[in-house]
Parts: sequence; structure tokens; C-alpha cells
Amino acid sequence: MRSVILKTATRLMVGLILIFAFYLLLRGHHEPGGGFAAALVAGTGFALFAIAEGPAKVRTAVRLRPTLIGMPGLAVAALSGLPAVFAGKPFLTGIWWTLGDPGSGQLTIGTPLFFDIGVFLAVLGAILSIILGLEEH
Amino acid sequence: MASAKTDPHASGTARIGLYSSLLPLGLLIGLFYCWPAVAAGKVISVSYPWMPSLDLYLSFRLDGLSLLFGLIICGAGVLVTLYSAGYMAGHPQTGRYFFFLHSFMLSMLGIVTADNLLLLFVCWEGTTVFSYLLIGFDHESGKARDNARQALLVTGAGGLALLIGILLLKLAGGSYTISHWMDGGGTIRAHSLYPFILITVLLGAFTKSAQFPFHFWLPNAMSAPTPISAFLHAATMVKAGIYLLMRFHPLLGGTTAWMCTLVIVGGLTAVWSALQAFGPLDLKRVLAFTTTMALGMMTMFLGGQSAPVLTAAATFLLVHALYKAALFLAVGIIDHETGTRQLDRLGGLGRGMPLTALAVAAAACSMAGFPLFFGFIGKEIMYAGALAEDMFPQFATVAAVLANALMTAVAAVVLLGPFAGRRPSALPAVHDPSWTMWLGPVILGMLGIVFGVNPEWVSAYIIQPAVWAFHPAREEVLLTLFHGFNMPLLLSAVTLSLGALFYGVRRPLGRMITSIAERLPLSAGGSYDTGLYWFLKGAKGITRRLQNGSLHSYMTIILLVLVAAVAWPWMQRGVLTHPWPNLGDHFAAIGVVLVIGAATLVVLAAKNRLMAIGGLGAVGTGVALIFLMFGAPDIALTQLLIETLTLIIVSLVLLRLPPLEAAKKRRAYRRVMDGALALGAGWVMASLLMGVLQHPLDRSLTAFFEGHSYLAAHGRNIVNVILVDFRALDTFGEITVVVLAAWAGVALIRKTKEPS
Repeated sequence: MRSVILKTATRLMVGLILIFAFYLLLRGHHEPGGGFAAALVAGTGFALFAIAEGPAKVRTAVRLRPTLIGMPGLAVAALSGLPAVFAGKPFLTGIWWTLGDPGSGQLTIGTPLFFDIGVFLAVLGAILSIILGLEEH
Repeated sequence: MASAKTDPHASGTARIGLYSSLLPLGLLIGLFYCWPAVAAGKVISVSYPWMPSLDLYLSFRLDGLSLLFGLIICGAGVLVTLYSAGYMAGHPQTGRYFFFLHSFMLSMLGIVTADNLLLLFVCWEGTTVFSYLLIGFDHESGKARDNARQALLVTGAGGLALLIGILLLKLAGGSYTISHWMDGGGTIRAHSLYPFILITVLLGAFTKSAQFPFHFWLPNAMSAPTPISAFLHAATMVKAGIYLLMRFHPLLGGTTAWMCTLVIVGGLTAVWSALQAFGPLDLKRVLAFTTTMALGMMTMFLGGQSAPVLTAAATFLLVHALYKAALFLAVGIIDHETGTRQLDRLGGLGRGMPLTALAVAAAACSMAGFPLFFGFIGKEIMYAGALAEDMFPQFATVAAVLANALMTAVAAVVLLGPFAGRRPSALPAVHDPSWTMWLGPVILGMLGIVFGVNPEWVSAYIIQPAVWAFHPAREEVLLTLFHGFNMPLLLSAVTLSLGALFYGVRRPLGRMITSIAERLPLSAGGSYDTGLYWFLKGAKGITRRLQNGSLHSYMTIILLVLVAAVAWPWMQRGVLTHPWPNLGDHFAAIGVVLVIGAATLVVLAAKNRLMAIGGLGAVGTGVALIFLMFGAPDIALTQLLIETLTLIIVSLVLLRLPPLEAAKKRRAYRRVMDGALALGAGWVMASLLMGVLQHPLDRSLTAFFEGHSYLAAHGRNIVNVILVDFRALDTFGEITVVVLAAWAGVALIRKTKEPS
């Protein structure tokens, strides 16, 4: 049931889907998106890849064992709460840094971004574990 | 053991014991330091808030009663730790052993020094847990595990009863702070909740101190290592119930119910366990029965009100702790050196281990109550106390004489059985163990003599402060060597002669008691077994019925509960009708709803699984469209993505199942029932939402987040800002659940993959 059309389309699509997921992850703080939605999109992309090429190919492409992606995700989310503790605020309070000078445009980066990355990894790990497990069943 | 000196592991484990004895030693020195002030009537107390909103404070107080218990706990703690260094040398889990032992000791100290009842309860449960771990220390033996579980369930249930009693006490206007009780508990004793407080507190004390009918767990707890039996099940933990009775005495004591219960239960326990001590051949079981006897005597005396009775309880507590710990430790030495503790295989050990024999002789004489030993003083004051009981003095006196006479005979059995006579040829040559092991029994045995010839000192510095701590009347307490020719002395003489008689008939008596004990339902041990059996059976039955693996029945139960829980209050209050919401200009939304309805019909009528999955996907997409129309792009996006992923996962699973036609053969009435339930659930949800719309929406939270999301959290997407910043801890909990659920899912998938 491996169709050539599906395979070829998938090659083009998966990259785009993953880039879109990354885009959703980064824009989430201001526009619809965020770590959870990004993980769902990326999970869908990998699922498509798995249907077209088989789960073994996905495992090679991801390199990490899917069951081991979720835990570092939790760790990133937890660590993102620590700077606030060191600053004497409650755990997980957002801490922000502003880069650049006001004249030429500024970039504001905060711990919530890293928290969102943790959410992304945790959810993606969960989705990949289940989908690949079921595909190989 | 000769090999213990050369084996590096064994000497290492022995060192753990030696060094860790510094902990109880330090505590003991601390108590010595406080001793003079406390003996002079001072109360030392400290308090730190723990959870003030729950009235829970880390507050400790050291008065005479706490001091008496503290000295026993720390003193026995030092000796038992040293002893264990030799006894456990070479055991692979020595570290765990000493950790449990000292954790237990600290919990026990917590019980006797806690000034807050909730703190006392926490420590109380601590002793239960560590006792469980220590009884089951030899965890590869099924018998030890069963016995540990029995002790845990019995004392744990008693602990829960105690907690209920503590909460009821608060309800009845009592205080959690023990220091407040000495002013008298008149209002508590007159309160309508008093009987319930009394029952629950007594249940806690009786289970912990192995009183009739809960006495069966203590002899079984002897599967613990012997130093543990000496420490927990003779000197300290089983005395926690006695401590509780003493502490509650000024608050709950003095009523007819208190006096009757304690005197009768205590007297029965004492006599019946003393008789049972003749049955077993295992020395540890013999000692265990004499321990329940001693606990029964103390309980009986705590039923009284006047100074002599309470003095009898406090004095016997100390007497018993000294001789019983010594005897247990000595039995451990016998077991360690000969490999057995069966009375019929032992004999003639006195020549080989003179120090041990000396210690046992001193302890046994104290137990038998010979003059010049502390046990004699204890027995005299017991008789004086029994005669002064406020309730049933005759019963108390007869019970005390009988139990003491039986004790005398058991003391002779314990001393003469292993040490006198000829050594059976099967026994190897024996010698005294290393100093760490004989030190404990020798010191404890000698203390019995030292205290026995200095009773005035003991009463002034130990017993009187202890009694005064729970006896507000503060009558003078005096122990002396010789009280004159009076009734107690006569009773002592009777006791010794009766004891000699019992020793003479010990074998037929033991056989008789064993056969009676087997026939009479005098122990709750049997009902414990049947109760546990039916409890497990019932639990299995309920699980089989509810968790039967059928998704259909799970859904039925969940939806039935939902419909019933929501519809029932509405029926009660008659608010079943809500005006139809104004649909006005939402034509597009109506169209989408029609599509969703059509897709639902497709799912219901689908002839194969792919069709059904497609229909479900259409339903979900329709819902996402509705979200989008009403201005929730984030939720719409998530809904759409979830719908896509669910479709993939569901098709991976469902397409492997047998064709849909097989499932369609469900009986017609079942389908009608399912349909009715589905319609009911839909109706309930729709009415619920319409009911919600009747009230104006509270927009204060929305306004807060709209106002703060950019200024405080640098984000314009309120949903995301709430998720990753304002409520980040909730999100963290959720993603933890997601990861754990995925792992569980993977485990399930792998399990079904391998044919079992």
C-alpha cells in the first residue's frame, strides 16, 4: 500500500509541515499557535511520514527514541521556572530580557518561550511514542 | 562469631551499628541534662508552626511522663543499637536495618514528647509504618510478610480510630494541645460526643498495646529480628497505647465507662495471655505472651483514679521495660549462638555463657518479683494499687495475683529451661558473644537490682514526676523496700507459692491452654483472617464487574452518572425549561450545525469503519468551524489539529478490528437503550449550556487578562499567555500527565504485541 504519489508528496510536505510547526511555536505568544498546537502539527507531519514510508524510517529520521523526548521536555519546562526562583520570585514567574537598542528594533526573550518549548517536546514525544507504537503493531 | 572478625563486610556492618549508637546516646545525654529540672516539676517546651491553618504545630514538651518514656526509649535504643551491631553483623541490609530502627526511635520519641495531638498522630503512624517494615525485615519469608501486614492493618486501623477520636475531641470543644488538659476535662466528659471519643481513643490504644481482643498480632510480630522484638514489641512501641491512656487520663478518665472498660479488658488480657505463655516452645513467643500480660496489667491499673493505682501502672512500666528487654536480648544471644530458641532443644547453657546466664537470672528474678529486685517493689505497689481500684477491686486483685503467679512460673521456665540441667548432645559448644551483645542484657538486669535496693530514689526522680504529669491531684508517691506486714506482702507470699505450683504443672497446663485456645473464639485472629479473605474477595468482585474491559460499559456508566447527576437536581427544583437562545443572524453557524448533524447520522448508519471514522472527522471539523466563527481561533486551531491526529490514531486502531458487521449484531433493545442514553446526555448538556446563558457572563477574569497579558507578560495572545505564564504550573502538571499517559500507552501496546 506504499503509493508512489503519496511518497513523493510526503517528501515535499513533511519539511513544510515541520517548518510550519516551528513557526507556530515561535509566534504563539502573540498570535494563535504555541507549543501545544506546534507539537500537534509536527506530530501530524511525522504521522504522514510514517504512513508513507513506514515507522522505521521515522525512527531513523528522529534519531532519538520517542519515549525519551518527553522527559527532557518536562525538564526544559521545569528549568525555565528556575530563573524566577533565583530572582526571588515564585517558581515559573516569567522573566524577560530585552536585546538590542530602542533605535534599531528590539527583541524581547522570556522564560515562557522556553517553557513553551518544553511543552512542545513533551507533547511531541507523547504523540510520536503512541503513533509509532501503533504503526508497528 | 569467629568469621565476623575477618570478613570485611561483617566488620563494616558492625561499625555502622557502633557509630549509629551515637544518635540514641546523644539523645539520652540530652535527657540526662534536662532530668533534674523536670524531676523538680519544670516542663520544658518548644513550639514551631508547621501548618497553623490546620492547628498543627511542631510543639514538644518534656514533663515527668515524657521523661520516663524518653529514658526508656533512648536507654533501650543505645543498648539495642549496640547489640544489633553484633547481632546483624554480616547481614546484607544492615544500613536499611539501622535506618528503620532509628527512624522508629525518633517517631516514638515524637509520640511521647508531642504537645500537639495531630503531631502525636503523625508520629503514631510513623511507629506503625516502621514497625511494619521491621517485622517484615526478613522480607523473603512469606510468613514474615503476612505477620507484618497483620500488625500494620490492626495498628493502622487503630490509628485511624485514634484520628477520628482526635477530631471528635476538637468538635466537642477540646484542645489539640496536651498542656491544656490538666485543667480538667469536665466539659468533655459531660459532652454528648464523649462515648464516641472514648471508644475511638481506646480502640487506638488497645490495638497498639495489643489488648484483648486485638492481642493476636503481637505474638505474630515475633518474626522480626530479635533486637527489634526487644525494642519495639517489649520496651517501646506497644507502650505507646499505655502512654496514650496515661495522657488522656486527666481528660477522659474517671467515668464509669472508662473504669469498667480498662479494668475488665486489662484484667482479661493479663490473665489470658499469662496462661497462654505456657503453650509455645519458642522462647520469643513465650516472652511475647508475657508482654501482652504486662500491657494488660498496666491498662487495668490505668482504670483507677487514686495515686496508688496510677503509681502501680507507672512503676510496672519501668519494671517491665527493664526485665523484658533484657530477656529478649538474651534470647537473641541464645538464638545467635545455638541456632535455636526452642525450649525442648535447649539446656545447660549456663556453664558456657555465664554473663548471659547472670543477666537472665537477674531479669527473671525481677520478673518473678523476688525481694531486693525491682520487680518486688513493682509487685507490692501493684497489689496496693489493685486493692485501691475504684471499680471492681476484688476482680483486679484476683487478676493481679493470678497473672503475677503465672509470671513467676514463666520466669522460672525462661531461666531454668535453657540454662539449667544437662546440655542436649545436639547443641554445639557455646560461649558468650562479643561485648556489644552481652552489655545490653547485663546492664538492664543489673539496673533491676540497683533500682530494687534504691526504691526511694526511683520514686522521687522517676515515678513521682511521671505520675504527677497525668494525675492533677498530685498525691505523694513513695516506693520503699519494706511497707510493713500488710495485705500486699501477704499477697506476694501467695503469689510466690502459687507460682511454684504453676511451675510444677507447667507441661499439662500448657497443653490444656493450647487446646482451649484452639477451640475458644477468644481471639480476633480468626475473624481477622476471614475478614481479610472476604474483603479481598469483595474487592476482586467489584473490580471484575466495573473494570470488565468493555469500552461500551465504561461509556454507559459515565454517561448514566452524568445524566443522573445533572438531571436529578433539576427535577427536584423544577427548572427544566430554558428559553431557546436567539439565533438571529447566525445563519452560517446554523448551516454548520446541520452539517454536524448529518455527519452524526452518517456515523450511525455507516456500513464500514472507514465511513464511520470519516463521519466523526466531519463532526470534529464542524465544531472547530463553530469555534472559529465565535472568535476563538486558538481553540479552533487546536480542535482541528486534535481532530486530524485523532483520525490518524483511530484509523490505525479501528482498521485492524474485525469488520463492522460483526458488531452490528447487537440486540435491538440494547441499541434502543444506547440511543436513549445518547439523546439524554445530549439533552442534559444542551440544557446545561442554555441554563448558563441565562446569566450574564462574568467578564472580570477576561478583563484582567486583557489588561495584563501584554504589560505583565509581553504577549498579545491571551490564551497562550495564560498557558505558559499566568497558569504555567497547571500546564506543567498537564504535560507531566501527557508524558506519563504516553508511557503507559506504549507499555500497553508492547504488552499486547507479545502473545502471553
